[in-house]
Amino acid sequence: MKGRGTALLTIAVFGYAFLYIPLLSVIFYSFNDSRLVTLWGGFSLRWYQALFESEEIWSAALLSLRIAVISATLATILGTLVGLGLNRLGSFRGRMLLTGMITAPLVMPEIITGISLLFLFITLADWFGWPASRGAMTITIAHITFSMAYVAVIVRSRLSGMDQSLEDAAMDLGGRPMRVFFDITVPMIAPAMVAGWLLSFTLSLDDLVIASFVSGPGSTTLPMLIFSKVRLGVTPDVNALATVIIVLVSIGVITAGMIMHNKEKTAETGHG
Amino acid sequence: MSSKATMGGDGRRRWLRRALLAPYLWLLLFFLAPFGIILKISFADPVVAIPPFTALLDWSVSGLAIIQGTFDNYVFLFEDNFYVTIYLSSIKIAAVATVLCLLLGYPMAYFIARQRSALRNLLLLAVILPFWISFLLRVYAWIGLLNNHGVINNALMALGIIDQPLPLIYNDFAVYIGLVYSYLPFMILPLYANLERLDLDLHDAAADLGARRWQVFVDVTLPMSIPGIIAGCLLVFIPASGEFIIPALLGGSDTLMIGRILWDEFFINRDWPVASAVSVVLLLILVLPMIWFQRLESRQMESAT
Repeated sequence: MKGRGTALLTIAVFGYAFLYIPLLSVIFYSFNDSRLVTLWGGFSLRWYQALFESEEIWSAALLSLRIAVISATLATILGTLVGLGLNRLGSFRGRMLLTGMITAPLVMPEIITGISLLFLFITLADWFGWPASRGAMTITIAHITFSMAYVAVIVRSRLSGMDQSLEDAAMDLGGRPMRVFFDITVPMIAPAMVAGWLLSFTLSLDDLVIASFVSGPGSTTLPMLIFSKVRLGVTPDVNALATVIIVLVSIGVITAGMIMHNKEKTAETGHG
Repeated sequence: MSSKATMGGDGRRRWLRRALLAPYLWLLLFFLAPFGIILKISFADPVVAIPPFTALLDWSVSGLAIIQGTFDNYVFLFEDNFYVTIYLSSIKIAAVATVLCLLLGYPMAYFIARQRSALRNLLLLAVILPFWISFLLRVYAWIGLLNNHGVINNALMALGIIDQPLPLIYNDFAVYIGLVYSYLPFMILPLYANLERLDLDLHDAAADLGARRWQVFVDVTLPMSIPGIIAGCLLVFIPASGEFIIPALLGGSDTLMIGRILWDEFFINRDWPVASAVSVVLLLILVLPMIWFQRLESRQMESAT
């Protein structure tokens, strides 16, 4: 009996070590003075300085952030509508197709999405002259397309656990559909929408493969820049950049976790 | 207001049905239509031009000729052992990585599901956290660990265990490490969601009543967690078989994965029709697991309602 508990604990400890050692190692070596990444040459912040002075990195980061904010916002709107539709409309024509189109992007290999979207943009440009050039806009469109699938799944699963009587009551009292939607439905599914937005934002910031296909000259996103640096070997300024990202993301995730935990707690005490 | 006259639910449904048109059209244009195009290009002749395939506009005029002339791309794929080998090797690598993820992920999910709720949330958060950090940077982190002069080799040499660096990187071993590392959360989360719903305390009680623990696990817990196992395996296997970043950064020149070959075919050889044919075949290989995943997903949605 005890033996099995220890075995489980050992595997779990190993698993968590496996997940976190690479991250800790990157953070540690980002403070390394030596250019040879894994040879310790004393503590230094020079790679952080190099990072913040790098014009190239700043402009790529700003481009990535801009794309991420716009695509996450539009993906949240479109994905929420899909989640609502699939949950509330029952059967309608084209439901099967919609379900397929919204689940497939979750598991579609990125490389196929990238190639096929590039071909679409070329064809559209051929036929209609739009999009005239590829860059931030085509990347944004691509990101909206796969992100809305994630939003739809999150919103749909939130809705499936909720009861509709409040909305029905508001409608019966003569509320207009739009009003009821914004006054009642949106606040109820707001946590799912926020989660969906954050996930879309992260996926967009993270995407290398799809952006590489649908981007054009002059539009280098942050992952594209990192990839071209890393392909040439380990570079200390990427360590510094990775550390900044790890710290920011950890703060964000832990804060979100704490807010959710507190909410659960108040909900529990509120009911009991 | 005319909407007042109708039943509340109807008005809302009509409104929603109209609003749903926007995402519907979006997905038709930007998700479905591209597959039609890729299918079409896979039947086109490669030409040295920009874009490097026969013009799409000619299709209506000479469509028949193109279709006749150009099963070539597919014939090429299957005549050339190269591609068949790569498909098989991608599937093998993805399958092995999936099994490894399951072997590590199942005990972890089980361990988390058995903790008290406060600790459970913390442990779960620790699984999710790496997922929010850039995929690319997490794969990159392994380069520093596995390099010939990386952390692991340096440590082993300093301890005197080895005197030559072990070949840890730029081979299949490193690709497996990268795949298991990157996709582990996708295995743990559905497994956890499944195990959490089972009453593990009840299973413990059965064990206390005299059934052997291992027996209870094999006879009760494991069969009941099969939906979670399938969901986790599909979530790992499908994207892993098309993975590009991991073989590109950690794999060796002899690591054959279709995602990487596709990238080279596209950006280096610039043979777009062959790249399209390669994609279409990959999609055909993955279509069954994808439908399976979708079935699973919608069944789960329905059971939650």
